[in-house]
Amino acid sequence: MNRTALRRLAAPGVAALALGFALSACGAGNETGGNSDSKLSGTLKGAGSSAQESAMDAWRAGFQKDNSDVTVNYDPSGSGAGVSGFNTGALDFAGSDAALDPTKGEVDAAKTRCGANALEVPDYVSPIAVAYNLDGVDTLNLSAKTVSAIFDGKITKWNDPAIVAENPDAKLPGSAITPVHRSDESGTTKNFTDYLSQAGEGAWTHPADKVWPTTSGEAANGTSGVIAAIKAGAGSIGYADESQVGDLSVASIKVGDAYVKPSADGAAKALEVSPIDDSRTEGDLAVKVDRTTTEAGAYPLMLTSYLIACPTYDGGKADLVKAFLKYIVSTTGQQEAADNAGSAPLPDALQQKAEQIIDTISAK
Amino acid sequence: MTDLATAPETHQHVPLRHPRLPAFAPLLAAGIAAAAAALIGMTLSWNLTGIVALAIVIHLVGLTLWSRTVENARAATDRLVTSLVWVALLIAMIPLVSLIWKVVQEGSPALNAKFLTWSMRNVIGEPGGIYHAIVGTLIITLAATVISVPIGLLSAIYLVEYGDQSKLARWIRFLVDVMTGIPSIVAGLFAYALFSILFGPGTQMGFGGGVALSLLMIPIVVRSAEEMLKLVPADLREASYALGVPKWRTIIKVVLPTAMGGIITGVTLAVARVIGETAPLLIICGGTDSVNFNPFHGQMASLPVFIYSSYTQPGSNPEILKTMAWGAALVLIIIVMALNLVARLAGKFFAPKRGR
Amino acid sequence: MTSVTTETGSPKRRLGDLVFANTTRAAGVTILVALAGVAIFLTAEGLPAVGAKAPDLKGHSNLLTYVAPLVFGTLLAAVIALVIAVPLALGVALSVSHYAPKPVAVGIGYLVDLLAAVPSVVYGLWGIGFLGPRLIPVYQWLADHLGFIPFFDGPASNTGRTILTASIVLAIMILPIVTAISREIFAQTPRLNEEAALALGATRWEMIRLAVLPYARSGIVSAAMLGLGRALGETMAVAMVLSASGVVTWDLISSTNPSTIAANVALTFQDATGLQRNALIASGLVLFVITFVVNFAARAIVERNDPGKAR
Repeated sequence: MNRTALRRLAAPGVAALALGFALSACGAGNETGGNSDSKLSGTLKGAGSSAQESAMDAWRAGFQKDNSDVTVNYDPSGSGAGVSGFNTGALDFAGSDAALDPTKGEVDAAKTRCGANALEVPDYVSPIAVAYNLDGVDTLNLSAKTVSAIFDGKITKWNDPAIVAENPDAKLPGSAITPVHRSDESGTTKNFTDYLSQAGEGAWTHPADKVWPTTSGEAANGTSGVIAAIKAGAGSIGYADESQVGDLSVASIKVGDAYVKPSADGAAKALEVSPIDDSRTEGDLAVKVDRTTTEAGAYPLMLTSYLIACPTYDGGKADLVKAFLKYIVSTTGQQEAADNAGSAPLPDALQQKAEQIIDTISAK
Repeated sequence: MTDLATAPETHQHVPLRHPRLPAFAPLLAAGIAAAAAALIGMTLSWNLTGIVALAIVIHLVGLTLWSRTVENARAATDRLVTSLVWVALLIAMIPLVSLIWKVVQEGSPALNAKFLTWSMRNVIGEPGGIYHAIVGTLIITLAATVISVPIGLLSAIYLVEYGDQSKLARWIRFLVDVMTGIPSIVAGLFAYALFSILFGPGTQMGFGGGVALSLLMIPIVVRSAEEMLKLVPADLREASYALGVPKWRTIIKVVLPTAMGGIITGVTLAVARVIGETAPLLIICGGTDSVNFNPFHGQMASLPVFIYSSYTQPGSNPEILKTMAWGAALVLIIIVMALNLVARLAGKFFAPKRGR
Repeated sequence: MTSVTTETGSPKRRLGDLVFANTTRAAGVTILVALAGVAIFLTAEGLPAVGAKAPDLKGHSNLLTYVAPLVFGTLLAAVIALVIAVPLALGVALSVSHYAPKPVAVGIGYLVDLLAAVPSVVYGLWGIGFLGPRLIPVYQWLADHLGFIPFFDGPASNTGRTILTASIVLAIMILPIVTAISREIFAQTPRLNEEAALALGATRWEMIRLAVLPYARSGIVSAAMLGLGRALGETMAVAMVLSASGVVTWDLISSTNPSTIAANVALTFQDATGLQRNALIASGLVLFVITFVVNFAARAIVERNDPGKAR
């Protein structure tokens, strides 16, 4: 009985082993070949801003095609996750929609992790769209004050006098408004609430924060979750990176006396008129975005996303990080992001500064 | 018999049976209810769900009233409960049918050779493949099996052959039962905390997933193996002892081979149970676009996490990735069903011959 | 039924036996250690959160007020799921054990097993991609016509991502386990009791009410509690379906919902930093304790009233 049982056991066992070997013998169909001229190899682990996701997909693909032995992983789990992961040493680099916050100790934590001041360069500039789902209303004009009231739950119907006053021609129904916000920590939320608190003429009473401050409205996880929730619910309105809103309608926001639709150019213009935060250290290119600008054509509801990295890394990792980051801020990289994610390429001056900073990355 | 024959026939006509509805009454009532509901529903232009709900209500009320007038109150209650039981069954089957239908309908367009042999590395704006996730799932599950089977099997042997009714054995048995109820996310948190302490904060690797899953798998293995070992007849053991074979050799050479079929079934079912776990892998394994064959280094993709992240974080091409998520769900269900089938077949194939 | 004696009759124990016996005992102890390890690691990693302040607790002043709404949401979702699942499960179990003819019963058994085999992430996919959108008109109707009941206060969600949807998905997920256990208990009812009831002229329902249900009562309770344990800890389906704001409300159909512990961990763990992670692990410990107690109680009831032992 023993013998036969073992023999019976052997057949499926051998089959399973054979299957295992067959699987491990060959990689995926698309992972063979590629450019073998590159000397770089290894794995980079990054995480952070989900707004950057599309752009990062393009950058990773472009970089991995040039360097076939390199794998770059990027988990679009949110800026908060990126910064914390980087500061604990779990990540090689982070993407964040908000610069490191000195008041929360993030700058110090990054310094401890790197052993020196962390590097921070902008890599992705993109407008944040106020997207909505309302049948028969294709254009919608909103001031920051009205947007504040909607997201604070003070305006609950689409035909509220405040909205009608700004859109005299639109056929606004009397249905309820469902404001959709992010349930996770997000740099998009921080930029959005920063815009509302600066430009909302006092209608937004909460400070700028990565965490959505109120509990009313619908909560959705990640940029994609917000888009999905707006698409699923008639009468919903939410905020998300413009590159990801797809075919949803987007509102124009009031800048000066005009209403401006989100666009890469508008975001780039808003960035150009914003000063660099000079309280920062040498390798830290944080920009203080001027949300109240009245510059014609500027779209101040935009996010500037940053790459956060260390000035020094162990061994070969330094070259890897340096090469990848340089690729991102290079003209090619920025153009690829613009094609793929609809972002605005960095202004020339900023791009050159960023490249200089990345060049200082070295091995320990 | 004789009693019946000699029973007085002078009595007035007393029916021996209560009047009964014909056997086809429930079906007839159902048919009438469906027709009536369809008629009402169509005139009021309801959707299918409304019509079906109305039909059920008409059927329940109608049949009960009919039975009450013809039969009696007790019979009416009986018919009502019978109908309710069948309605419950019907309602319970709706989600299963709609789930399978939806997954097949949404997932089958994604299935093709490329889907199964490509990874998502360097794939933008077009459908890629889930090869990396399949490989990851197999490796992680294999790791979990390698950890759970020895521990689970040996524990079961202890419980049946050595511990029996000792205090330790009773505690193990009881806590294993309780352990089957550990939420999977807690197992993930445990593995994360453990690996953070051992290998530095934020460590993510495929083997960690194996550890987390084994925590969920061990109790299932122990329970099924224990049941199977108990079924081995004592005669076999006694015979072996009588031949002077030591106990440990008896267990390995006689008891285990006899119970092998059931144990393999149990292990396969346990694998089927944990192969679809998402929450722990999300925390401890992370995700990647590329194939990773090394369970001890770097993030590893898996089918459930791929489904979750593709559906909830699809990025700029949501339609493509959502279709892929449904396709991956279909592949995962097929794998799970296949494992269940294998388990049943193994149970039959390895069953000890009963011809003594 | 265990038929093995610990004594093999031989006075001196052989080395092989000693090694093997201790190996198996070590394996058993490993399980206890692992279970203790879970509790210890979660406590060790969760303790630092006790002193955490508002910024790390999503604005709550201390750990208690942070975890309490989550516990509320967890219990609410699980209890609703139970209310939906138990009657259905009992119906299915009865149909298998007492109503359906043998081949049909076997078929139903397979289908229920199939339901149990579907991975939770697929349920989540189905819940958000299929069930949720189809429930929107139902919620609208409930809010319009039954709005006076606090549960249906509204305003109705227009995405269907509500706690009621999550509970329905949970109900479907725990249906198989509740069904399986009840079915087993029903099938174990002594045949004589059933036939005695029938012989006294009872209808089938009266037979079930008089003979089967009293016999199976403790089994049903423990089946329900095991289902509750499942529902409390279920993660992915809730995380995918629910629009979670973490409030405390009885409103089941609006877009502002309580969150559950498990879903909260899955959704925010990746984003969390330092003490926030400790707080999440602490909430995981709370969940562990709750499910442990529920499962403990359920198993204790089974042990005490094991139909195999009693009667």
